[in-house]
Amino acid sequence: MALLQIAEPGLSTNPHEHKLAVGIDLGTTNSLVASVRSGEAKVLPDAQGRFNLPSVVHYGADRTIDVGFDAKANAEHDPENTIVSVKRFLGRGLTDIQSTYGKLPYTFVEKEHTVNLLTAQGEKNPIQVSAEILYVLKQQAESTLGGDLMGAVITVPAHFDDAQRQGTKDAAQLAGLKVLRLINEPTAAAVAYGLDSGQEGIVAIYDLGGGTFDISILRLNKGVFEVLSTGGDTALGGDDFDNKIVERILADANITTELSSKSLRKMSDLGRKVKEQLSEIDIVDYTINIESQGLSQELSGSFSKADFESIIADLVKGTLRSCRRALKDADVEKEQVLEVVMVGGSTRVPYVREQVKEFFGKEPLTSIDPDQVVAIGASIQADLLVGNKPDSDMLLLDVTPLSLGLETMGGLVEKVIPRNTTIPVARAQEFTTYKDGQTMMAIHVLQGERELVDDCRSLARFVLKDIPPLTAGIAVIRVTFNIDADGLLSVTALEKSTGAESSIQVKPSYGLEQDEIADMITASMTNAKDDIQARMLREQQIDAIRMMEALETAMTEDNAIVLDEERVVIDQAIEQLKQATQGNDGQAIKQAIKNLDDTSQPFAARRMENSIKRALTGHSVDKV
Amino acid sequence: MRFFDLFELPVSFQLDTELLVERYRQIQKKVHPDHHANASANERLLSVQTASEVNDAYETLKKPLTRAEYMVAEHGFDVRHEQHTIRDGMFLMQQMELREELEDIGNSSDVEAAFDSFYSDVKKLIDEYTNSFVTEFEQSSFESAADAVRKLRFIYKLKEEAQLLEDKLLDF
Repeated sequence: MALLQIAEPGLSTNPHEHKLAVGIDLGTTNSLVASVRSGEAKVLPDAQGRFNLPSVVHYGADRTIDVGFDAKANAEHDPENTIVSVKRFLGRGLTDIQSTYGKLPYTFVEKEHTVNLLTAQGEKNPIQVSAEILYVLKQQAESTLGGDLMGAVITVPAHFDDAQRQGTKDAAQLAGLKVLRLINEPTAAAVAYGLDSGQEGIVAIYDLGGGTFDISILRLNKGVFEVLSTGGDTALGGDDFDNKIVERILADANITTELSSKSLRKMSDLGRKVKEQLSEIDIVDYTINIESQGLSQELSGSFSKADFESIIADLVKGTLRSCRRALKDADVEKEQVLEVVMVGGSTRVPYVREQVKEFFGKEPLTSIDPDQVVAIGASIQADLLVGNKPDSDMLLLDVTPLSLGLETMGGLVEKVIPRNTTIPVARAQEFTTYKDGQTMMAIHVLQGERELVDDCRSLARFVLKDIPPLTAGIAVIRVTFNIDADGLLSVTALEKSTGAESSIQVKPSYGLEQDEIADMITASMTNAKDDIQARMLREQQIDAIRMMEALETAMTEDNAIVLDEERVVIDQAIEQLKQATQGNDGQAIKQAIKNLDDTSQPFAARRMENSIKRALTGHSVDKV
Repeated sequence: MRFFDLFELPVSFQLDTELLVERYRQIQKKVHPDHHANASANERLLSVQTASEVNDAYETLKKPLTRAEYMVAEHGFDVRHEQHTIRDGMFLMQQMELREELEDIGNSSDVEAAFDSFYSDVKKLIDEYTNSFVTEFEQSSFESAADAVRKLRFIYKLKEEAQLLEDKLLDF
């Protein structure tokens, strides 16, 4: 039965046609976009043939926004308006940013639950800045691939917390990208390597980027990538190596006064250059003019590889400590690790490679470009998620990197979901009232491994409302914490004695609320090129097509369990949606999607149950 | 969802963990949200819920302690959330001795050897109470089986504390 025959320009509905999807590595220093074309995953170049887009955004006084190389060129002469490495600020508070990164050339404005950067074009949220980068990558991909993207997989450091993940997803939404999944950078790298080698067994992914470090231990088995443990540091990367060099040069020159913004930027560029050159040669000479308190000064000297290695030794040692911890969490001995994969530009530093080799006792793998491997892995997953590979056996089973807990009496944290639990996961916790007639209850959710509230990261505060007024201790509220496959948290609550659903007010500690995002989208649309109606319509149409296709596949697969009368109503609902999709009424499409969703609900439930049985039947057939 | 039934395994403490992990993967390959990414909102929700339950079932059966806890909970003795005091004098004495041994480890001349010896003592106890749990459970003496699980909880807790101390002393 041919269900779909819509021909919208740019929106092909042939289920067998290759759908456009990309993997995006939104990096601290550089960002990349990759896609699977003709069965091969490749990074997509820009018009000039470059693969790495510098993660730099410049907000000009003349209302122009530059991203990438053009923006980077401005970093030195207009540092205040050139946002570099914005990923470091995602989901972070001001005190956090200042204590971790020290002096930065930006003016931060602290808001209720976000930190904005003051630019020549007003205040910009780190999420908006990230969205500018994603928007450019989206454009780059669409012009190279020649069509609208059906979706994207975006990578995040495995160690990213909920606020940072949500921030990344919100940025994608702002950029008009449909997020198929957020996946962890080391897991993406494992996919890129795993599919290449077809290897089975334990692998370790050592991922040292510009601003973050991750270590993940995975077990590979017949297309299943099972993350056993993950660890790392969201504020440790190659940028820190650069800073160490800068600190040493300034200390050697006895400079203790504050540098101008421009000089700060120049110094950190120098730090990066010295580091990069030391990967090739043993000693680097430098000369630089800097300005401090109105005085200009020339610094010159030389920096040796040995100096460099001695100042980064502690940082590298810290990464190895995380490796040891991750192995222990995975219950794996070093000797069991089959391969160690190097990911991230900072693994180019020879000292890092040597130390990792010594630690694991084997030569690390570097055959895929460490800058590209994450985007490549993400594109393979995107190709699968968008439905280009219905018969694929690949499955990623990832874990939550940080424990999730609740504040209890005395500022202590009680763990609800321990770190390294496989996601998705749902855990319930029961609470009771402590006062007669109490109808509200405040719940504070935290993420982290420490016992004290002050040492963990505050994720959100919830207020449970509408608790039936009962004697103290009688009302039992069951709160369920869900972490989905993107690693994002959601919460539901139920009062057990009455079965009443308690409403929850979510207040993210850092991040945007949904209506703020909607406002930003509207604002960016009114300023610019796109028409919001057109964009919403296009998004609805894409959603509709994806859904109709998926349902068609499902009904073919599970043909046997579709009831006859059910088939009639589902077909009607599909026909309705098909009609709506051909029109220009976004609201009508939305309504028709909802209708099809409801109509196919019983079938979906039966199918899920059936699929478990089928999974095991398939298994026993294999055995025989 | 009954956990053993889900994986089509017999209800028994002795379980083929290789078979468990294989069946877990087979099921996840079908129900995981990644295989329902384009589906309707309802189906996606169902998929997340089912995958979460399958993960929970797998995690629970995978580890000996949680498996034992689950087995007695299925017979009405949920020891995971109860405030229960153990009155077995001999057991409490053993625990006290082990705690003392743990507290002294920091002062020992060979910390690693001291930990090895401690873990071997702990393992003996785990084996002892696991055996007693299995025997009682097989005889359908669920109350006594639950009692053994309560003791196992104590011992595993102690082992966890020892591991934290080991991390601290051996510079993790």
